[in-house]
Amino acid sequence: MAPMSFAGKTIELDADGNLANRGDWSDDLARELAAQDGIAELTPQHWAVINFMRTVFEKDGDAPSIRRLTKESGVDTKMLYALFPKGPAKRAAKIAGLPKPKGCI
Amino acid sequence: MTQTAEPIQKVSIIVSRGSLEGVYPGLIMANGARMEGIEASLFFTFFGLDAIIKKRMNSLKVATVGNPGMHMPTILGAIPGMSAFATSMMKKEIEKLDIPPIGEFITMIHDAGCEIYACKATVDMFHLKKDDFCEEVDGVISVGQFYEKAAGAQIIFT
Repeated sequence: MAPMSFAGKTIELDADGNLANRGDWSDDLARELAAQDGIAELTPQHWAVINFMRTVFEKDGDAPSIRRLTKESGVDTKMLYALFPKGPAKRAAKIAGLPKPKGCI
Repeated sequence: MTQTAEPIQKVSIIVSRGSLEGVYPGLIMANGARMEGIEASLFFTFFGLDAIIKKRMNSLKVATVGNPGMHMPTILGAIPGMSAFATSMMKKEIEKLDIPPIGEFITMIHDAGCEIYACKATVDMFHLKKDDFCEEVDGVISVGQFYEKAAGAQIIFT
């Protein structure tokens, strides 16, 4: 997808519109990506999900499943969908600066 | 072609079979829809109802007879214990993929905002009561009500 510009920098995006280079990610960019998705403010619970996803990705090379996310991040399924109403897996990964998750669950 | 296609907004998934391999695909599709932000509902009918009956939902079995996908002669599939063996093998593989057991999966899907319904005709036929079902069931509805609720949805029969 066409690159986006943020804080005077050009940010390359992959075919799904997620960051092409994870190195471009920052807390401020996460807030901007969230705002583009209609999330006006990232609460501590949003950050818990985002940070958990980034930690798992560093270790496993893919985002965690929803089941793992809800069991290990401290945010339950209902809350997860309330935080990311347009679909937690895909949207949270995007805001976390990660590629679209590969798993089905 | 994909340039003009509208993204799917809503799915209504019918689960009509009660074997483990008959129930999982519908659940995975419902959960996957919610993960993508697609509205979803599940309608359980005939033996599919076993997946939402409290006493049965966690003891569904893989069909080893009459299931060509098993690549096993019918006479072998009929040996006592064969279905239990195949079921335990499949459950292990399913767990490896981080797919929950049926009961936990139903809770997860319901918490994700997917509505869950039981088919009235089947409930009447099998003389079932509201009490027989897990608490996630949002109602026992007729085919007509199912179609009303499915308005604007893609209907998927499994």
